[in-house]
Amino acid sequence: MAPHSSTLAWKIPWTEEPDFRMISLLTYTLKNLPNTSKWALRFCMRPLSSSSQLQAAAASQTKSKKTLAKPNIRNIVVVDGVRTPFLLSGTSYKDLMPHDLARAALSGLLHRTSVPKDVVDYIIFGTVIQEVKTSNVAREAALGAGFSDKTPAHTVTMACISSNQAMTTAVGLIASGQCDVVVAGGVELMSDIPIRHSRKMRKMMLDLNKAKTLAQRLSIISKFRLNFLSPELPAVSEFSTSETMGHSADRLAAAFAISREEQDEYALRSHSLAKKAQDEGLLSDVVPFKVPGRDTVTQDNGIRPSSLDQMAKLKPAFIKPYGTVTAANSSFLTDGASAVLIMAEEKALAMGYKPKAYLRDFMYVSQDPKDQLLLGPTYATPKVLEKAGLTMNDIDVFEFHEAFSGQILANLKAMDSDWFAQNYMGRKAKVGLPPLEKFNNWGGSLSLGHPFGATGCRLVMAAANRLRKEGGQYGLVAACAAGGQGHAMIVEAYPK
Amino acid sequence: RVGHDLAPEQQATNRNSVLKIINCEIRFLTGYICRSFTRSSALLTRTHINYGVRGDVAVIRINSPNSKVNTLSQELHSEFMEVMNEVWSSSQIRSAVLISTKPGCFIAGADLNMLNSCTTSQEVTQISQEAQKMFEKLEKSTKPVVAAINGSCLGGGLELAISCQYRIATKDKKTVLGSPEVLLGILPGAGATQRLPKMVGIPAAFDMMLTGRGIRADRAKKMGLVDQLVEPLGPGVKPPEERTIEYLEEVAITFAKGLADKKITPKRDKGLVEKLTSYALSIPFVRQQIYKKVEEKVRKQTKGLYPAPLKIIDVSLYPILQHLSCFFPLSRTFGELAMTKESKALMGLYRGQTQCKKNKFGAPQKEVKQLAVLGAGLMGAGIAQVSVDKGLQTILKDTTLPALGRGQQQVFKGLNDKVKKKTLTSFERDAMFSNLIGQLDYRGFEKADMVIEAVFEDLNLKHRVLKEAEAVIPDHCVFASNTSALPIGEIATVSKRPEKVIGMHYFSPVDKMQLLEIITTEKTSKDTTASAVDVGLRQGKVIIVVKDGPGFYTTRCLTPMMSEVIRILQEGVGPKKLDSLTTSFGFPVGAATLVDEVGVDVAKHVAENLGKEFGERFAGGSLEMLQQMISKGFLGRKSGKGFYIYQEGVKNKNLNSDMDSILASLKMPSQPDVSSDEDIQYRLVTRFVNEAILCLQEGVLATPTEGDIGAVFGLGFPPCLGGPFHFVDLYGAQKIVDRLRKYEAAYGKQFTPCQLLVDHANNPNKKFYQ
Repeated sequence: MAPHSSTLAWKIPWTEEPDFRMISLLTYTLKNLPNTSKWALRFCMRPLSSSSQLQAAAASQTKSKKTLAKPNIRNIVVVDGVRTPFLLSGTSYKDLMPHDLARAALSGLLHRTSVPKDVVDYIIFGTVIQEVKTSNVAREAALGAGFSDKTPAHTVTMACISSNQAMTTAVGLIASGQCDVVVAGGVELMSDIPIRHSRKMRKMMLDLNKAKTLAQRLSIISKFRLNFLSPELPAVSEFSTSETMGHSADRLAAAFAISREEQDEYALRSHSLAKKAQDEGLLSDVVPFKVPGRDTVTQDNGIRPSSLDQMAKLKPAFIKPYGTVTAANSSFLTDGASAVLIMAEEKALAMGYKPKAYLRDFMYVSQDPKDQLLLGPTYATPKVLEKAGLTMNDIDVFEFHEAFSGQILANLKAMDSDWFAQNYMGRKAKVGLPPLEKFNNWGGSLSLGHPFGATGCRLVMAAANRLRKEGGQYGLVAACAAGGQGHAMIVEAYPK
Repeated sequence: RVGHDLAPEQQATNRNSVLKIINCEIRFLTGYICRSFTRSSALLTRTHINYGVRGDVAVIRINSPNSKVNTLSQELHSEFMEVMNEVWSSSQIRSAVLISTKPGCFIAGADLNMLNSCTTSQEVTQISQEAQKMFEKLEKSTKPVVAAINGSCLGGGLELAISCQYRIATKDKKTVLGSPEVLLGILPGAGATQRLPKMVGIPAAFDMMLTGRGIRADRAKKMGLVDQLVEPLGPGVKPPEERTIEYLEEVAITFAKGLADKKITPKRDKGLVEKLTSYALSIPFVRQQIYKKVEEKVRKQTKGLYPAPLKIIDVSLYPILQHLSCFFPLSRTFGELAMTKESKALMGLYRGQTQCKKNKFGAPQKEVKQLAVLGAGLMGAGIAQVSVDKGLQTILKDTTLPALGRGQQQVFKGLNDKVKKKTLTSFERDAMFSNLIGQLDYRGFEKADMVIEAVFEDLNLKHRVLKEAEAVIPDHCVFASNTSALPIGEIATVSKRPEKVIGMHYFSPVDKMQLLEIITTEKTSKDTTASAVDVGLRQGKVIIVVKDGPGFYTTRCLTPMMSEVIRILQEGVGPKKLDSLTTSFGFPVGAATLVDEVGVDVAKHVAENLGKEFGERFAGGSLEMLQQMISKGFLGRKSGKGFYIYQEGVKNKNLNSDMDSILASLKMPSQPDVSSDEDIQYRLVTRFVNEAILCLQEGVLATPTEGDIGAVFGLGFPPCLGGPFHFVDLYGAQKIVDRLRKYEAAYGKQFTPCQLLVDHANNPNKKFYQ
């Protein structure tokens, strides 16, 4: 779930003190690893998303399918979507509660779409680390955002694909005719997490509550030991394997022989592209948020293009001292919320909306949570393409969740490997490599940030907005999640 | 080498892996030629070691041909020396990595065949000295050498690793570091006795060397035995095992380079406690006191029967060696130990254990995937536990909910204890426990591939469950009976398909006792046997396969000895004295205590049945004693009283004084010339041994090896004697026959030596093990 949850104490990634001894060692390794340069070159030489518009337009002429509309099934559209700026945890959102952030996203959506509140049939939010006071955060946020108290709301959780689950739940409700208008979203506030009393302490407190006489109370209190006071943190590691995600990502990168240099280069690409998108005003899903008692937050604050030299100075964060995953090539702990307005197409048209995109086929997958924890996109991508009757060539826009550079590069290598496809996916041949010039062109979770519960909606809106901007027709969204799960969905541009 | 007598199919797989290895080597070679200089002529002549250079780091890869493991043989030794000399003389090379490309094995130890082929202690001493010289050169190497350890790193392998300047190990379950020499009756002969205490401290070093305990990688890191850990990798673009070794090598190379550049120091920060301990131990007086304490403890535990542990303590006292000459006394002791009877017995057991971990009946036609166990008692639940934790789907059936619940709880507790010991995670426990289905009916038995019944030892009940099961199980399903004495042939009489009926005699507690005795009747098919052995091996058992007959092999050997136990008690030797006589002979549990543990009722039941079958050869003590004990409720540990009184939480058990009247009423006169302490010990042991040899003579046993393994692993026959057959070989058949004749004269036919034993006595060249 949490890429960085084991390093809650992090501040800004690259401010760490460099350790020259280890770096020289690492660079030595990198230089001596085979295959290093192929990837590096590809990243360096790739022009920053300039010519892609033309390519996409050309490609859309020769699609396997003209549209993914299916007879007798309702077309489902995303009218629009918004998100709060994604901030590094512990910054401007640190005094808020999760439902405050979710409320900001909901209000932003209302404002952006001007949808009448009473039209909304249902609200679904995804979240991962639950605030115990607002365990159904969707309902608390909806009430606070001024939605009708007659609109039911529920909260879903599926690690990093929680808001993907919120959206596909909405798709299910609309496709089955139960609803016409659903708001789906997600929220995560890592600035505050529920730290509990220990189980022993809780048990004592509960017993104390039930005790009737003074003697009973005293006998319970007499059992108190000092170690009862040691707190219990939310799980920082995979429950089934006790391995933190960063550790697993480091092993994954090693399994695919991905060097530190490659990872840093990919991270730099993500930050550079995000910066460019931010500067050019392409991140139009971001809505300003006036934080009570603080200045209005208008943009993401985790985008920091650095230099490879600077990044190379960081120590490994998980596998010490020789691992390759560092603060600079991992996504950071993030606060943020997102929301999208999903409707049946006919309803949207009847209300006079010009939707942004169709939500088409989607797929959930799961695999070994130990050694393949973060390979969900590799498994989900071919399945969703086959289900939709498309090929890799049909896709104009790829939006993959970037938990770690190493995770993205491992997925790309896995998709490019016949051996992996044959031995682990039961396929005759490799999935194929998404062309990098269509891949996460406006940055990704590494640079924009990754509020676990909210990333899915950001991916869909990035795909939809890029399709409009670049003139493509099909977008592919994919993400990995804790528990060894994964998700992929096809987004089809709404005809202009 | 260690367990090299492979079945043909294993040789075939070995050939395949050899081909693979050759392929790898070719790939490596081409890589090196492109990258840097290589000495191809030398490479081509070497078979155990392949070596190349990356930058200025020499990478030395060990992979002995035609073997599952690498062992320190003479060839490997000389090739290694040759390579190291090249490394030391090359000006381009500044550091080296030592790694094995064999999956799951760094170096499993010295080549045992090499040791066994030595006929004099001088030869062994020579081997030890050669190794010490090599390791000393290695230790003093100015070019740092990093040992990259994946898989077993044992004995000489560990000694090699700790002579290197740095150690990196994979955190794999197969990666185990240890000094198991003591278990073979020898000592670490190549420097561990000196280097280990220096490296991990005296207490931990003694623990390793005196128990032979294997240390897993994460613990080794904490102890300071290894410097870095590498996590095993999952799948990438090649098989995980292959890539993990590659990754280990890459990491090791960075560290080798770092060491050569002096950017990494091999020194480790020690904790405060560790510092204090090592300070305290640096005071000669304290050190001597500790050595004394350890020696005392070892003496008490080994009862003087095992020379190796004491010698290990002795040689550890030698000063930390500076000169080659200092090594000599150590090597001499090593050579002497290797020639002892104890060492030969223990090495024989090791070989036997390796043989009994193979399925000589071949792979079964259909692998058992669904197992069903009838009866959720102590045995049934134990069998279920060792099955589910290996991933076998298992149905546990009993007739009542409380009985079933007790069995399920036993399985859970067994698994949960491993979680507490941190050998399992709670998640793994849950996943294993989900392989167990508890039920009261025969639902799902139609899909069972094997049913093991573990109901009460009552022939009628066994017949009933067999018929019930056969009504529902499919045609291919094997029906196995877990019984300690009921003949399988008799159980099979009511079967519609006796070729599918077999005996699987487990020992209690099933999760701790390694032995499984499989019993075949004349009608049991070979495939049924293959299937039973296969399941047993998957359950982690050491297996002997014997022919059906009253008491099979194990129970049959034990019973005459038990009869003698009663006789000895009747002659006025108290249970405590008897226990001490048997344990001082090397049995792990005293004879009287053993009766209590087995259960007096069970003992009587077995003695009665076998007594009927075998007549006067099983005579001796009066069964009346057991009868009286049963009537008073003294059933042994399970009822809280037997010869001793058992109380929860009380460690020192007291004699049951109520036994006095029983013992008094059955008192018999003792015969002074056959009642010395030694005579009492030999009366017990010779009856056991004689019966074991008779089992081989009658064909109940197929091989002496199985007889030894069954006696030691199932019945606690003294390991230092190597089992009854090793005992006869090492002690001399004539001496045993003489003893038996002496006791025969005093007591009668129960001591008559069997023909095979007499044959061995008459011909001193005849040995069970050639």
